[in-house]
Amino acid sequence: MADKVYQLKGVGYSYGTTPALQDFTLSLQKGAFYGIAGPNGCGKSTFLDLLVGSKDADAGELVFGGRPVSSYTKRELAKEVALVPQNFSIGFDYSVEEVVLMGRHPHIERFSSPTVSDWQRVHESMDAIGIRHFSDRSIMELSGGEKQRVVVARALAQDTPVLLLDEASSNLDIRYSLQIFNTVRRLVDNKGRTVIAVIHNLNFAAAYCDKIIFMKEGRVCEEGSVEQVMNEKIIGDVFGVESEVRFDTFSKTRQVSYRYGRER
Amino acid sequence: MVITNRKYILLLGGLLFLTCAAVIVSSAMGYMHISVSEIVQVLWANISGQKELLTGMDRAVPFVVMDVRLPRILTATLVGGGLAMSGVVYQGILLNPLADPYTLGVSSGAAFGASVALLVNLMMPGIVSVPFFAFIGAVATLFVVLRLSTFNGHISANTLILSGVIVGAILSAGISFLKYLADEQVSVIIFWLMGSFASRSWGDVGIVAAAVLIGLLISFYYGRDLNIMCLGGRSADSLGVETARTRKILLVTASMVTAVCVAVSGIIGFVGLIVPHLMRFVVGPDNRKLLPVSVFTGAALLLMADTVTRAVLPAEVPIGVLTALIGGPFFCVIFRRRQIRSNNG
Repeated sequence: MADKVYQLKGVGYSYGTTPALQDFTLSLQKGAFYGIAGPNGCGKSTFLDLLVGSKDADAGELVFGGRPVSSYTKRELAKEVALVPQNFSIGFDYSVEEVVLMGRHPHIERFSSPTVSDWQRVHESMDAIGIRHFSDRSIMELSGGEKQRVVVARALAQDTPVLLLDEASSNLDIRYSLQIFNTVRRLVDNKGRTVIAVIHNLNFAAAYCDKIIFMKEGRVCEEGSVEQVMNEKIIGDVFGVESEVRFDTFSKTRQVSYRYGRER
Repeated sequence: MVITNRKYILLLGGLLFLTCAAVIVSSAMGYMHISVSEIVQVLWANISGQKELLTGMDRAVPFVVMDVRLPRILTATLVGGGLAMSGVVYQGILLNPLADPYTLGVSSGAAFGASVALLVNLMMPGIVSVPFFAFIGAVATLFVVLRLSTFNGHISANTLILSGVIVGAILSAGISFLKYLADEQVSVIIFWLMGSFASRSWGDVGIVAAAVLIGLLISFYYGRDLNIMCLGGRSADSLGVETARTRKILLVTASMVTAVCVAVSGIIGFVGLIVPHLMRFVVGPDNRKLLPVSVFTGAALLLMADTVTRAVLPAEVPIGVLTALIGGPFFCVIFRRRQIRSNNG
């Protein structure tokens, strides 16, 4: 029981009368890297919203650490779970360091100042993501990819047992994508953290995740280890594309290649 | 962007001093000549309770200072602070540096309530309290706008602004109709709408002071949450802020303060828009720093504007007109500069 982070039984969520998630039944273990993949609009982000408590499930049971998620205050949950959202927006002009410091919000009492250890976390996270050198710059002046790295650093500064990533590498070039996934993977391997990441790039998912959850039309379609579920049939069922999955000797992992609609 | 704590304390102290100095200097200005030293003497006598200090002074002086000028001056000061405070909160919640205390239509509601009361008073003089009706109008509007913009228990910035615009437009039409009904006596409504601090009482001072103080305490309490909320609801939730609840509490708080200010003084524009905007350039966007400096700046600015119209100009210009005439062009300049800067950057 103790090694389960989240337990979902028949969880559902609807936007008005449109169901976004239906009958989600899953057990997510501690210390594993979960990848969530599925077509656009299949409810991946809504799923993360439920996990982070920003939306309340309207059917089923969603339990985190032995208690229903709905019984947590936002602050209690924010000490346990951090989220890197897909889109970043900010209303006012804060510096990079100030934005990363916002990750410490759940740990700092209302009228207290950040302590030495809060600052230490902030600096460590910026170092891990390689953004320390522009910590004084205004967040509004940064490029999309730089902003995204700031948000990842903010989530790392939150220093939570569970980290949720919603397409954290969507704006990043290959170098920074690998950097972020490597950093997150190390958190799983060295510190026993749990990561649940929405990943569009199936090759990244195969390379970094322990378990893959394929979603389709608001439901869990397939769930299992990379070896169990990363195959041509399931990719075809979920995305409707033709692919070939084979072991790649260079990356030492399963990799997917696709049939491109171009004659050669 | 980040101002050091030392500089911030100096700035806050300077603004506090400026506001107090403005109160004293403004008390000395007016039709009857009173020196600053007499003002200080009268104030000290009243604060310390040593009325014997006033012997030998023209008996009109303490009366003019305490019962005529100070209530007006303090009301203007407090309303300026209150409007600036509401502006900070509205801009913070709506994530829009162009939001102001009237964005949600609170002013239109107050104006409508006041117009109804003024019209009733035209027919049966003195039967209803105009500020009370203005307040009720403002609060009723606020709740209609909040109701209109709430979906699934969540309020979004865009729906709030739109709801405010829609309700405001309907109320404006209502006010036009009331003006039409008022016929030849329409000037009563028009003058109320332009705002004035003339002949305010200590009662007004007390009500506005209580509203601003309570509003400031609540806003300051949620200051850091409001900072986090600039990341949007989803991120703020994940960082431990009860976004939906905090947003409602702060909106109601800022709107109540605005409602009290408008009820007492009529509609005074631009203070709540420009002051927070300007102060954000100076102290950065952290609301815990922004709130106190904006309150003092708003207080000092509105008091100075009211003093200009009361004691400097040959005839009294309605304060709402004056703030719009000065504030409007000033705002255009800031707005253009910002545009140019962000286009270059």
